[in-house]
Amino acid sequence: MTAETQLRPEAGDHEGSDLAWAVRDSWALTKRNLRTIARQPQLLVFATIQPVIFILLFRYVFGGAISAPGSIDYVNYLLTGIFVQTITFAAIQTGIGLSDDLSKGIVDRFKSMPLSRAAVLAGRTGADLVRNFVVILVMIVVGYAVGFEFTNGVAGPVLAIGLLLAWGFVFSWVGAFLGLALSSPETVQAASFPTIFPLVFASSIFVPVETMPGWLQAFVKVNPITLVTDSVRALALGEPFELLPHLAWAAVAMALILAVFVPLSVLRYRRT
Amino acid sequence: MTDDLAVVAEDLRVTYGSTRALDGVSFAVPRGTVLGLLGPNGAGKTTAVRVLTTLLRPDSGRAQVAGVDVLADPSGVRRRIGLAGQYAAVDDNLTGRENLRLFGTLYRLRHRADARADELLERFDLVDAADRVVKTYSGGMRRRLDLAASLVNAPEVLFLDEPTTGLDPRSRLGLWDVIEDLVGGGTTLLLTTQYLEEADRLADRIAVIDHGRVIAEGTADELKDRTGGQVLAVRVPREQTDDARRALAPLNPADEVAQADDGTLTLGAPDGGEFVVRAAQALREAGVVLDEISLRRPTLDDVFLSLTARAAPDDPNDEEAA
Repeated sequence: MTAETQLRPEAGDHEGSDLAWAVRDSWALTKRNLRTIARQPQLLVFATIQPVIFILLFRYVFGGAISAPGSIDYVNYLLTGIFVQTITFAAIQTGIGLSDDLSKGIVDRFKSMPLSRAAVLAGRTGADLVRNFVVILVMIVVGYAVGFEFTNGVAGPVLAIGLLLAWGFVFSWVGAFLGLALSSPETVQAASFPTIFPLVFASSIFVPVETMPGWLQAFVKVNPITLVTDSVRALALGEPFELLPHLAWAAVAMALILAVFVPLSVLRYRRT
Repeated sequence: MTDDLAVVAEDLRVTYGSTRALDGVSFAVPRGTVLGLLGPNGAGKTTAVRVLTTLLRPDSGRAQVAGVDVLADPSGVRRRIGLAGQYAAVDDNLTGRENLRLFGTLYRLRHRADARADELLERFDLVDAADRVVKTYSGGMRRRLDLAASLVNAPEVLFLDEPTTGLDPRSRLGLWDVIEDLVGGGTTLLLTTQYLEEADRLADRIAVIDHGRVIAEGTADELKDRTGGQVLAVRVPREQTDDARRALAPLNPADEVAQADDGTLTLGAPDGGEFVVRAAQALREAGVVLDEISLRRPTLDDVFLSLTARAAPDDPNDEEAA
């Protein structure tokens, strides 16, 4: 039994600042979630199949009827949009993952443990950030196969990927809130379609905003997804897309979403 | 409240909408002992455990676990407790070892987390399955892992919420052995269960809970004595059950005629053999055919049935009467 005594918790175990523990706990849970994702490759496959279908549909079925602004090739216009779409839909997985943990009682176990309150949420959104990075790389490869190319040097596309990841992280907090507020993973899946689909289509992802009726443009122009998409285009493709003011407004929109959905999710998490 | 008590619950009340999940629950668990919270589904057992493990704030009342106030210092409580629930709350996609290491890290065992995981795998006979993902585990293995996970931090007080619900009889017996071992080591345990046999075997004291209230408390023997020492058990044809009830009821006004799941009617028999004779006579006069009549030491089932039969008529929102 001596061995056991040495393995027990010690007085100094909990020393250290709350923030340092929050980071350590979040990192431990990020690793756990990444392992889970890696062991369910089918999830990653489904997460990429849908955008690939969209690429093929819009590139070859609708693409001929849609023209991109200026002398831009529609495939470049489309793919930059699809990147944003893919990352936006990925937020649903954040919600499903959390909801799954809730329904299986794992969240109860975490809450009965002395770990930092934000860590369960941060560990989930953190792992989804890494998963998003993989998904973006896959999308870029698929894009190149159908004729897409970055046309703004090296720094621009790198920053575009950075912005996509930032958007994915921000929007995954919306997914997290849905996951905590709704009762089951299936409900999260069902609820996300009518909420996220219109947001994605009523944006500049597939079609230039100028082709839409005026009343719709009013909404589309302030849709955060449009702001992010336009910024990604400017970074990835350069001329004729303008970086400012789109990027500034995208940053404002992302800050607003975080300001609303982080506290909402944390509050909801405490009350579950 | 004294230091000898590992768990103290005082007048806990929790309301969900119009349902009173806990309606003034009080009990105490002395250090190093096992309290069984016994009650049917929906009695409030799980709600009580959720309050004591800081998962749920009560509307009113006080609770102390391991000398720490649950409401004033929840993280202090979390460090000192272990919880294993009705659903084996481990990650399906991780291996047994990875699960325990993760919990060790989160319990801040630092560099000792890995060794602690190995130790628990050994103790719960999971070494061979340690590196398989939990998805492939049997029900019994999952519960053992769940139990191991609740012990990672060597808790002062362990909460087991229906630890054997849904297990086959063999796995249940296996888990009982494991829990008995644990309790032998001096861990304070609060156990909820719907199985009287389980409470009888594992618990030092039993609190019977029904409709959010503790309706009786004592050792298994004390509870059995409350039924009056011996119990009359009668089996009659199904269609004569009501006649038999009416005939038996006046014989012992202090107790209620209770009916077990298999249809057997039971009633406290204060004067033993004499009582059997009178019961047989009363049944014959009522024209009831006797399939079987016997006298036995009460089981916890008898106690439970007689207690809940008595408590039910007072309760206005009794929805479970089937």
